[in-house]
Amino acid sequence: MSSPTSTPGRRKRNRDDIPATPKSTAKAGSDGLVSPPSQRRRGQDSSNGDLPAMPTSPGTDIASPAVHDTSLFSSPRRSVLPSEVDMSSPLMYGTPSSRVEGTPRSGVGGTPARQRPDLGSIRKAPQVDLHSEPPSADGAVASEQALGQKLVIWGTDVNVGTCKEKFQRFLQRFIDPASNEDENAGLDLNEPLYMQKLEEISVVGEPVLNVNCSHVQSFDADLYRQLISYPQEVIPTFDMAVNELFFERFPDSILEHQIQVRPYNALKTRNMRSLNPEDIDQMITISGMVIRTSQLIPEMQEAFFQCQVCAFFTRVEVDRGRIAEPAVCRNCNTIHSLALIHNRSAFSDKQMIKVQESPDDMPAGQTPHTTIVYAHNDLVDKVQPGDRINITGIYRAVPMRENPRQSNVKSVYKTHIDVIHFRKTDEKRLHGLDEDSDQKLFTEERVQILKELASKPDVYDRLSSALAPSIYEHEDIKKGILLQLFGGTRKDFSQTGRGNFRAEVNILLCGDPGTSKSQLLQYVFNLVPRGQYTSGKGSSAVGLTAYVMKDPETKQLVLQTGALVLSDNGICCIDEFDKMSDSTRSVLHEVMEQQTLSIAKAGIICQLNARTSVLAAANPVESQWNPKKTTIENIQLPHTLLSRFDLIFLMLDPQDEAYDRRLAHHLVALYYQSEEQIEEEFLDMAVLKDYIAYARTYINPRLNEEASQALIEAYVDMRKIGSGRGMVSAYPRQLESLIRLAEAHAKVRFSDKVETIDVEEAKRLHREALKQSATDPRTGFVDISILTTGMSATARKRKEEVARALKKMIQSKGKTPAMKYQQLFDDLRGQSEAAITKDMFEEALRALADEDYLTVTGKTVRLL
Amino acid sequence: MRMWFVCRFCCPAAQSNSNPEWEAKVLEYFKGQLKEKESHSWVPSLNDVPLHYLKPNSLVKFRCLVQDMFDPEFYMGVYETVDPSTKFKPRSGSVLRFKFTNTVTAERQTFYCVPIPGESPWAKEISFLSAARVVPSTSYVPSRQKRSYEEDDDMDTQPQKQREPHTEPHGNGDSKRQETEAPSSQTTAPSDCSSHLDLNFPLPGERGPACLVKVYEGLDSFKLNDTLEIYGILSVNPVLTVLGEEKDPSLLLLNPTESMETPEEQRAHDPPASLVPRLHMLYARPLQHNNPLLPSAPTEDQSAFVSSFLVEMASVRAELLAYLTHVLLGDGLAAEYLLLHLISNVYTRRDVLPLGKFTLNLSGCPLNSYTERLYQIVQQLVPCSYRLSMSLHTMNSMRLVPKKDYVANRLVSGALQLARNTSLFLDETQLEQGQLDSSGVRNITALGNLISWQKVDYDFSYHQMEFPCNINVLVTSEGRSLLPSDCQVPLQPQVTPPNMEEYLTTIHMAQFTSQINKFRVYLSLARTLDYSISDEVTKAVEDDFVDMRKDDPQSVTAEDLHRMLVVARLLSLSLGQTTLSRDGWMRAKHIDMLRRSRTEQQKSLNGNEP
Repeated sequence: MSSPTSTPGRRKRNRDDIPATPKSTAKAGSDGLVSPPSQRRRGQDSSNGDLPAMPTSPGTDIASPAVHDTSLFSSPRRSVLPSEVDMSSPLMYGTPSSRVEGTPRSGVGGTPARQRPDLGSIRKAPQVDLHSEPPSADGAVASEQALGQKLVIWGTDVNVGTCKEKFQRFLQRFIDPASNEDENAGLDLNEPLYMQKLEEISVVGEPVLNVNCSHVQSFDADLYRQLISYPQEVIPTFDMAVNELFFERFPDSILEHQIQVRPYNALKTRNMRSLNPEDIDQMITISGMVIRTSQLIPEMQEAFFQCQVCAFFTRVEVDRGRIAEPAVCRNCNTIHSLALIHNRSAFSDKQMIKVQESPDDMPAGQTPHTTIVYAHNDLVDKVQPGDRINITGIYRAVPMRENPRQSNVKSVYKTHIDVIHFRKTDEKRLHGLDEDSDQKLFTEERVQILKELASKPDVYDRLSSALAPSIYEHEDIKKGILLQLFGGTRKDFSQTGRGNFRAEVNILLCGDPGTSKSQLLQYVFNLVPRGQYTSGKGSSAVGLTAYVMKDPETKQLVLQTGALVLSDNGICCIDEFDKMSDSTRSVLHEVMEQQTLSIAKAGIICQLNARTSVLAAANPVESQWNPKKTTIENIQLPHTLLSRFDLIFLMLDPQDEAYDRRLAHHLVALYYQSEEQIEEEFLDMAVLKDYIAYARTYINPRLNEEASQALIEAYVDMRKIGSGRGMVSAYPRQLESLIRLAEAHAKVRFSDKVETIDVEEAKRLHREALKQSATDPRTGFVDISILTTGMSATARKRKEEVARALKKMIQSKGKTPAMKYQQLFDDLRGQSEAAITKDMFEEALRALADEDYLTVTGKTVRLL
Repeated sequence: MRMWFVCRFCCPAAQSNSNPEWEAKVLEYFKGQLKEKESHSWVPSLNDVPLHYLKPNSLVKFRCLVQDMFDPEFYMGVYETVDPSTKFKPRSGSVLRFKFTNTVTAERQTFYCVPIPGESPWAKEISFLSAARVVPSTSYVPSRQKRSYEEDDDMDTQPQKQREPHTEPHGNGDSKRQETEAPSSQTTAPSDCSSHLDLNFPLPGERGPACLVKVYEGLDSFKLNDTLEIYGILSVNPVLTVLGEEKDPSLLLLNPTESMETPEEQRAHDPPASLVPRLHMLYARPLQHNNPLLPSAPTEDQSAFVSSFLVEMASVRAELLAYLTHVLLGDGLAAEYLLLHLISNVYTRRDVLPLGKFTLNLSGCPLNSYTERLYQIVQQLVPCSYRLSMSLHTMNSMRLVPKKDYVANRLVSGALQLARNTSLFLDETQLEQGQLDSSGVRNITALGNLISWQKVDYDFSYHQMEFPCNINVLVTSEGRSLLPSDCQVPLQPQVTPPNMEEYLTTIHMAQFTSQINKFRVYLSLARTLDYSISDEVTKAVEDDFVDMRKDDPQSVTAEDLHRMLVVARLLSLSLGQTTLSRDGWMRAKHIDMLRRSRTEQQKSLNGNEP
């Protein structure tokens, strides 16, 4: 946007023009020192010409900034001018930023400044002396300045000099040893943080300095307050300070334009809903989701007028959308001879972005609010619809015009935010850990309540009974789900080449229809902030993973993420898991162990993180659970998938009287208890939510020595059980599950160490789940191979026996090259004591065929 | 008493020099006045009186549903005007020159309100008649209407904008013609207004005034889909409308304020005031029901009304049952269930589980417009209802779930955005073989969610948002419905009238209006009664359940207990009993047994049904 047309000589000439200007609309703030936001609008009216113009002498105007810093004035940043000079007057022609400054200086002066439309125009902010009476004329200010009294920018309590000094001190001294922000990666934490960043700027050449407001606050609370309250005045001062500092240090570096300070993470506001009129013109940070971005809007910064008579040209800066068209040519004095030349005017980029409240911040039953955000210059096109972002900016209210041609305004304001800084919150979700970006803030009291709860000995039972209170019993299942909600500790072995270990616990519920599986899923889905609920029947593979879509407007290919990616760091609830098509289910293989999703389609090849826990529910194939069959046979899921579930529970109707009685009591109570009673009895859902969120963010338990011993023992025991009967009863996967469960249990206790009791509970729960799901219905033993290979060891043994018997039978028949299938089957049945089904027979045939002993063609069996 | 005054929001100059508490005082005054008996019937209602009969800036009421909530806006609560002797005159619109020193910025929010969707014609009619009885003086003479216009002009110093039509002349003429029609003509062709301006009614074919309600206080107490009776100041000042057409694109560029909104958004948020009037809310009352036959406010006379009606309850129930039995072709059991269904109500939620819902699936319905007739009869009984004929075409093409339109920045309504206790009549007999497309599948899923969880997931394009609802769903089908339901009753007609239509019409005509009115009161009232179960009965129910399970553990499940508890509750309430008695429980068990045996029968008949 910088226009190269300017010449070094221009400034001088323009200054010569000063006497020709009939008026300058600068005006000291005679209305009082404190200006509510709306007062600043006066500038608009003054340029309208209806207020009496105040003739100012150019001499005073120039003198006043000189008091602060001589180098200052020569800096081309128009926004840094802290004087009462009206920048829209021709006086300042030399200063508008978009022009290359002609002064042959290096350093600050040599680098072109860039306009900051995000800050709006501050040129109507004269300085006033805090200790003297409100000055009535510019002359008075100037003279009082000479006395060395404290000067502040009109309407604020900001003294430019002090403010600058403070900020420079902040930059030079601020150290944040505890910093863990990813922006600071690679920086020495014990050195002044921002000086390192300046160095980075000098190397990289990107003249933007992001400043974390919480750093400013911890360093100098007063400076922070000023920054929040008067960003429009303070940020240019910061800019000024940082540029001075920078060019002092790196006098030879060449930047595209001067460094701009971009503060972020203002602590004041977090939620769009809590914005109120008091926030107008203050710096705020809100979070939200981008829902719409506009086309790029070229916004005129400077109008270029040329006289049609004498070709004399002049530039007029645009002031809040208004161009003060010069009526008279100053060269030839022709009236109304100046015409706007569009392609010599200077424009800046602007984009309107609509941001909607993120769903987590909203009270129930209301619609989300939206806010308009304007991005300027290089912030344009930084965000896309669908992005979740934190925006730092200045909240503005502009009165609506009744008619664009008139200056009358309505009494209703339009509000928007001029953005200073964007911070995407979901970007990292896809590519890394997001430890700090979506940390939920807990108040002290809340943490206290949670800790108190955690210190209770029966916290585990309490929490599990608070989970879905409307669902009766199934204590172990609830406990399992509770542990799933907490999750294990994340371990990173990527350096040793194994990548991440899964920390998420996956659970499968299977059982008779109507045993409130779906209800449990619904509850979990409502409980966790990043839950997704899908039904197996209704979801396709792309719906779960990601799909590529052509954006109808931009014609770009956009990657749309599906349920699994969306529930990254959350829980994906999949109902009717058994009804899922095979291709869809196969997607889950990667997700459930590697926790990533690889996509290769339509020119997009990438790997997305999907660190999601899967909570699935499946119905038996025969609609009723058949206790005579194994889990695999009942739900007909591939064992490869089943083995990825840490816990598989059966939800069956227990059918005994005591249970029925308790169930009946529970249900009747559900129907007549009043709200208060319910609340007394159970933990609040909100507390549970916070408890889980707190534990997930702050507690990272590690195994202690005893616990590891206990785990080893447990694993060895599990292996032993099987080895006695000649089968494998545990795999390393089971050990990993145990570790995860133990860690989750430690999290429930808010403990940083995994102790033996955690391991005990993990073992118990794991055993319970196995007992339910991996019991071989034929022998009554728990047999893990049902889940890992899809067939119990006894079944396999029997298969072999049948095959052997068949072979023997065929051999006994002598040399007959071909046999009838049916006859062979009948013979075998007659010979064997145990009942032999057709399936078994076929399996035996297949086994023999694999041995190359025979082939089956149609109805005949041939020996080879 | 004439209740209209110069609106503070339109003409603050009148009050600017009075003491600062005037706002509170004004509100106090109106609330006090409205508490008085009968007083709210003096206020003309936007539902009944056509807009052009109402005086601008007067107090009106509006019975409505909050369809959308717009973003909050800031406005100048207090400001000063420049002395009129300068060249800029202060005007009574909201446009003026101002000095800044005393400006106070305040916040308000705009709600987009529509008349309660699916309000039955009888409810409209009765409330209209009762309103017309008391407010004939304000409006109905056309000459008065003219005068009020003139007054308007006096107040406004910029008359040239005033008269300008805001819509193309053709559309304007249409709406004019419509408005001059008799106000009570509810059955005329669907509104032409919607052709050029989508008023965003949840149900197709609805008409009535939509309103932009400016809410100044208690913003958090209102929720989407609340039904409210709003008392407020009517404002139809055209100046407040942005004149969309006149905008010059070159000016747009220079005026950042103007370019913020897309034309669609402007149309949605700033429709012409003549079509969508503005209402500045003074006071809003949440409505428990919209039955005009019942006293609406929970006051003393309501409880008196209730207790007096309770005496009659049993007899009215018997009559209603007889009536419904006739309607359902002599099937007494189905009639009983239909009655229970009509008074069901989600009274609380336990975590995700809504309690008290009772979705009825009436299977085995005769074809050929029987269901349509049935709906008409239901419509005669309940204050709010909607019949969704589930034909393949409607399922594929209709928008059931509200969706956020980000271009216009508004919530585009769908047929499932309904007020509480609306009867939704799903006519599955209309369904034929064919393929559902993706939107059809979504619609069916939405209906399924509505039935099982009593919630609708509104589509916010990037995410879904769940809104709880309380809708009575009645599904009529030939076989078992493809939608879930709490209870399925196969219809067993005892009579087979040769001419169904005639038969039903005669039944309907045989009822006197007073009788029908009694039914209406009965249904609305039974729903609001409190209910409890004593410990003793609890015990008995538990024992019973255990016994039942002992006999046949396969067929009696927790689900069945759930249903029987709801049936018992509704059965007691329908008899006007507020506690469950042993007897009530036995009865509930009994009718559930009957119903089950009937479905078993059906199953064995059809054989292969799951």
